[in-house]
Amino acid sequence: MRAIRWIKPLWRTLNRPSVHFSLGFLVMGGFIGGIVFWGGFNTALEATNEERFCISCHEMESNVYRELQDTIHWANRSGVRATCPDCHVPHNWTDKIARKMQASKEVWGWLFGTINTKEKFEANRRELAEHEWARFKANNSLECRNCHSVESMDFTRQSKRARDAHAGFLVTGEKTCIDCHKGIAHRLPNMADVEDW
Amino acid sequence: MKKWLILLALPVVTALVWAENIATLRNAPLDENPEPPYIPQVLNEDIKRERAYPMQPPTIPHKIDNYQVDLNNNQCMHCHSRHRTEISQAPMVSVTHYMDREGNFLAEVSPRRYFCNQCHVPQTNAKPLVENNFKDIRQIIQDKRKEQ
Ligand code: HEC
Ligand code: HEC
Ligand code: HEC
Ligand code: HEC
Ligand code: HEC
Ligand code: HEC
Repeated sequence: MRAIRWIKPLWRTLNRPSVHFSLGFLVMGGFIGGIVFWGGFNTALEATNEERFCISCHEMESNVYRELQDTIHWANRSGVRATCPDCHVPHNWTDKIARKMQASKEVWGWLFGTINTKEKFEANRRELAEHEWARFKANNSLECRNCHSVESMDFTRQSKRARDAHAGFLVTGEKTCIDCHKGIAHRLPNMADVEDW
Repeated sequence: MKKWLILLALPVVTALVWAENIATLRNAPLDENPEPPYIPQVLNEDIKRERAYPMQPPTIPHKIDNYQVDLNNNQCMHCHSRHRTEISQAPMVSVTHYMDREGNFLAEVSPRRYFCNQCHVPQTNAKPLVENNFKDIRQIIQDKRKEQ
């Protein structure tokens, strides 16, 4: 009841044309308010981007995170460490929001325990991996290229196997990183009948 | 009494002499912790090596770090299986790898050849600890011919 008593006059005020503030002020105010809101939204996005957030779910922590620790993206001679969001959330803003919407499904899966044991995780792994492969394929391995660029690769310093593959299929655009480098960060699921494997 | 002492000392002396030998592998007296040796690097030069005899599993001329070989995936076969060699330009595993022990040819790599690293290993640039005096069969035959 009290709320209604409070809202009614407020609504009347909002509904009436402004007498105290100029239109210019209101437009500016709306603009600044929008910036503040957008900034806050981005900061929230930034916060959920941190690896700590990802591994707060044991589904992520006890499987993929542990496995990452055996790979070159965890420890290498260059001392650069790739974190989950480096490979899994596009840095581009619009893509990023699209990806976050998909992430709501993960919260759903978490609530209902779709992969909350090792066995369930392994049983679903092929499907989850396929989602990721499809995403990398569609964006031409964008996340890999955020760190590795073909232009900066010195083929003369690569091994022969790497050089032949990169010169023969990568620079020609015939294949993208994920076509050849599946399982670079985690253990692979059952690979039977995966295309091109 | 003196003789007894000498007899008692004998095993100690032999042990010391032995310790000296061990120290040549260890590079430090037994009661000291030596500087840890530098960790050898895996050779990744992509140059096939000579085989010491025809039945020898060839050593691997490239690195195999983190290549997953388990129930889910055989990373080696990603390049070395029959249907991948055109793309990878790797040598196909030889036909023996497709045979079961009765000598029948299978469509897939034989289960007894599935775990490649049982037989094939990469090499490192470590210095050999002992000299290798293996003699190639060709060398032996040549030596014999010269003798005659
Ligand atoms: C609320 C717990 C939770 C958090 C936090 C979480 N995940 Fe997940 N994640 C899950 C679950 C559950 C699934 C399986 C969803 C399903 O069944 O489709 C999953 C699936 C995935 C997949 C498979 C993709 C797909 O489309 O199927 C990736 C990649 C992933 N998570 C990465 C991340 C990253 C990166 C972060 C941090 C930014 C993160 N997750 C944070 C619970 C979580
Ligand atoms: C160097 C890039 C890279 C990093 C870093 C990385 N991933 Fe992945 N991730 C991949 C790729 C590529 C796939 C697709 C499957 C594959 O090829 O292994 C994948 C697949 C997944 C999947 C689907 C299940 C599976 O194993 O296929 C989940 C879940 C996942 N990643 C979560 C994470 C989390 C959580 C982190 C941080 C601890 C992380 N990833 C770090 C590249 C990466
Ligand atoms: C955060 C930056 C970053 C991202 C993102 C990233 N990498 Fe890397 N990657 C590195 C670094 C650093 C190294 C180690 C370089 C070194 O010291 O040799 C590396 C090494 C590698 C290697 C060499 C492996 C070896 O054994 O020598 C491959 C292959 C590779 N990355 C592929 C990928 C692929 C595929 C993706 C996308 C799924 C990816 N990377 C994403 C930073 C990254
Ligand atoms: C046609 C297949 C193919 C494609 C496409 C491909 N690679 Fe590779 N890459 C290889 C092979 C084969 C090797 C050598 C074997 C290995 O490292 O396992 C290699 C090695 C590497 C190495 C290590 C270099 C070295 O000298 O050891 C890096 C880093 C790498 N790739 C990154 C990438 C990135 C980033 C992309 C996408 C921009 C990419 N590769 C696309 C096949 C490919
Ligand atoms: C990215 C493709 C690729 C992968 C994966 C790969 N190899 Fe190779 N392998 C080659 C190529 C190409 C050669 C030819 C020499 C060279 O370029 O290194 C070769 C050569 C060899 C040879 C030497 C053959 C000879 O006649 O001397 C052996 C043995 C071998 N590989 C075993 C393995 C094993 C075991 C694994 C898995 C642990 C493996 N390879 C994974 C591409 C690959
Ligand atoms: C039981 C031991 C054994 C296992 C396990 C084994 N190999 Fe071999 N491999 C050999 C022997 C012995 C040879 C040489 C004689 C021959 O060709 O049979 C050989 C030859 C090869 C060659 C050279 C073929 C050529 O014609 O130049 C390659 C490449 C090779 N193996 C790869 C593999 C791969 C990949 C695996 C795993 C899928 C594997 N091997 C498993 C014993 C083994």
